[in-house]
Amino acid sequence: MHEISLCESLLKVIEDSASKQNFSQVKTVWLELGRFSCVEPDAMRFSFDVVMKGTLVDGAKLELLELPARVWCQICLKDVEIQQRYDACPCCGDYRLQISGGEEMRIKELEVM
Amino acid sequence: MCTVCGCGEGETTIEGHKHHHHHHEEGHSHSHADGHGDHNHDYGQGAAHAHTPGLSQTRMVQIEQDILGKNNQYADANRRYFSEHGMLALNLVSSPGSGKTTLLTETVRVMPEQTPVAVIEGDQQTALDADRIRKSGAKAVQINTGKGCHLDAHMVGHAVRDLKLQHGSALFIENVGNLVCPAAFDLGEAAKVVILSVTEGADKPLKYPDMFHAASLMIVNKIDLLPYVDFDVAACCDYARRINPGIRIIQLSATTGEGMEAWLGWIRAHLEIAKTGVNVPGENS
Repeated sequence: MHEISLCESLLKVIEDSASKQNFSQVKTVWLELGRFSCVEPDAMRFSFDVVMKGTLVDGAKLELLELPARVWCQICLKDVEIQQRYDACPCCGDYRLQISGGEEMRIKELEVM
Repeated sequence: MCTVCGCGEGETTIEGHKHHHHHHEEGHSHSHADGHGDHNHDYGQGAAHAHTPGLSQTRMVQIEQDILGKNNQYADANRRYFSEHGMLALNLVSSPGSGKTTLLTETVRVMPEQTPVAVIEGDQQTALDADRIRKSGAKAVQINTGKGCHLDAHMVGHAVRDLKLQHGSALFIENVGNLVCPAAFDLGEAAKVVILSVTEGADKPLKYPDMFHAASLMIVNKIDLLPYVDFDVAACCDYARRINPGIRIIQLSATTGEGMEAWLGWIRAHLEIAKTGVNVPGENS
């Protein structure tokens, strides 16, 4: 449900950037989304089309780049990749994991004209 | 439209503000838009970048900004405000019906008199909860998010300034009943407190892991009902610690008062930290 909010936030960043970087139309938007970023890709695409209507981002392509969820295992003393927050370390089975990557929600770059 | 999140466009109202909350569309001097380090990678007319599909007028602009950057800036400003005023701000999150408001009215009732207490109530509609809190003796302001599913740092910043709180206050922010969206929105709080009642499923920490991961404290509420429901407290705590090994857990019943002392102790400890300014997050922003 909050994907609409995220898209509005995204639009604002793009509009700020448009006046500074002097562009009037956006063709493609690249977003980096961590696996644990609380963003549902389908909902994001749907919201993107709705929110961007009539703006300088209208009709732009949305490219989502998923970043893996990486955690530091306190037993193995190394970075491992997991799929879900409730997963155990794939090497030792322990749950004492510290998230080191995968919560990103970042606007990477734009193709503009 | 709210520039922080836009959630429920023009629908957000803060009690006491006559106008709908149009969030700084123009003229307001929030200057955080600058210094973001957008840098222009202009490859001229060519298609130098790997992504460029060869259209001659297009160019690439690198942004490298967090989508929630704006919210996070407001959250940092709130955090700084709380820190400067020696205030403890707690963000209370849960599903609807977990007993947040009852827990708050009871907390307000039993808090030591010398501690000023205030509450920000977030709901989609009505000021019923703020009215309930005020009856228990604390300052309260209601934020209605309209169609929105969460509070954001910008709304909270306004509400905090409306409340005109004393130094050393405890501020409880009761978020919209929702275990999903509020996890992503930092309000500038010292800690998120997630409340789960025993009439819900014990496996909620696994089902809504983002929230339980973001919370510092889990309150298991309504424990007076344990004899009547099939709720495995030990399993619930185990699930929560799988998601968040460092989470603190307090079991209590706001209705009977059992366990409330532990909760008050936790608040007292965190309030002391807030007052002495030992914990000053957000200072470097």
